[in-house]
Amino acid sequence: MEEVKLFRTWSSPYALRIVWALKLKGIVYETIYEDLANKSSLLLEYNPVHKKVPVLLHNGTPICESLVILEYIDETWNTTARFLPEDPLARATARFWAKFNDDRVTTSIFRAYVTQGAEQEEAIGPALENLDIVEKQLIGKNFFSGESFGFLDLVFGWIAKYLGIFEETGGIKLLDEDRFPLILAWKDKFCDIPVIKESWPDQEKLITKFQLMREHFISTAAGSS
Amino acid sequence: MANEVKLHGVTRSPFVCRAVIALNLKDVKYEFVDEDLSNKSSDLIKYNPVYKKVPVLLHNGNPISESLVIVEYIDEVWKGVPLLPQDAYEKAQARFWAKFMDDKCFPTVFKAVTSLGEEQAVAEVHEALQFLENELKVKGSKFFGGDNINLVDIAATFVAFWIGAVEEALGIELLPKDKFPKLTEWSDNYVNCQAVKDSLPPREDLIAIYKKRFGKA
Repeated sequence: MEEVKLFRTWSSPYALRIVWALKLKGIVYETIYEDLANKSSLLLEYNPVHKKVPVLLHNGTPICESLVILEYIDETWNTTARFLPEDPLARATARFWAKFNDDRVTTSIFRAYVTQGAEQEEAIGPALENLDIVEKQLIGKNFFSGESFGFLDLVFGWIAKYLGIFEETGGIKLLDEDRFPLILAWKDKFCDIPVIKESWPDQEKLITKFQLMREHFISTAAGSS
Repeated sequence: MANEVKLHGVTRSPFVCRAVIALNLKDVKYEFVDEDLSNKSSDLIKYNPVYKKVPVLLHNGNPISESLVIVEYIDEVWKGVPLLPQDAYEKAQARFWAKFMDDKCFPTVFKAVTSLGEEQAVAEVHEALQFLENELKVKGSKFFGGDNINLVDIAATFVAFWIGAVEEALGIELLPKDKFPKLTEWSDNYVNCQAVKDSLPPREDLIAIYKKRFGKA
């Protein structure tokens, strides 16, 4: 009997990757919602190193780090459509872009979203440059993973919802139609996928949450200068 | 078409060394292309336009960048000594710890080095290394990979060799033996593996580089 549990928060885009992956593979799982301000003893036991979500629990054993979890799910439930390609070069390329997203794209956009004034203006440049690189990845492709969606779309998927949230709460415009036509076209296709469509957290709740988070970052930064 | 393998890198880089070790473990014949990072070759910029960094592996003209991505690629293409476990869960664990080296261990060590051993920075190094110490204790094996080295050991090459060089160059202590007995023992075993020994740059060279770059005037 397979027992699969997912420790997540309602809002984490990293945990959402795993929700998508589990649903796409048709895996039955139980959700355990965490309050990161009051982490459960189970979360601390299963992810002692980072104390973060998502954590996947498969038959009692924990797997942490969303990209690691995605590959684990793909390899373990390997009879249904695979997320990653078979070819080693294609796999290496996908892993490279996943790392680029997690190391550079998210951090640069986050920085533009949590800052204001001159600091924010300065942060927008790198964020847009990284998005230029992302845009190029879609040239000649339907999805980041190629003809059909896969691993890289799950990785970049946060852009389809959370980027808009960061733009609205941060008071910035990043996804300009003229500069990023491919990302915008991909966004529509990605959001049309039934599993994706049904899994987004509530829009208003996300706006409220990320508005508060931005205010918190700004006041903390002001306090420490 | 013959297998044409090139590795763009610099011998002083622990990240390049990961790729060298993987290639040597698999007995792959390759050409090392020595880069001058202060004057990057047009090839390097062409093959790694995003980061313009080393290592870059070139396999039959196809570039692969990012050291851990390269190591997994080498493992998937060339059979022989396995660098990752077969079991999906064990593989996930290996990837987790390899990522931990880059996300937590390396940045804390780098910060401690650039701050010339500032107390808080060193404390953060110890906090990160403690997780590795515990992992070795729990595993009870010679290497992170068990009886043989794997992706995790390779990812931790900078802990086994670069930390010691930096300690000597700057006269700081980052990995005290009494606090990290398992990690110290692992380091000695690891650097004595043939494939690793064949891949490491001369320790004296590293010491000289770090004295020059980070040492007190």
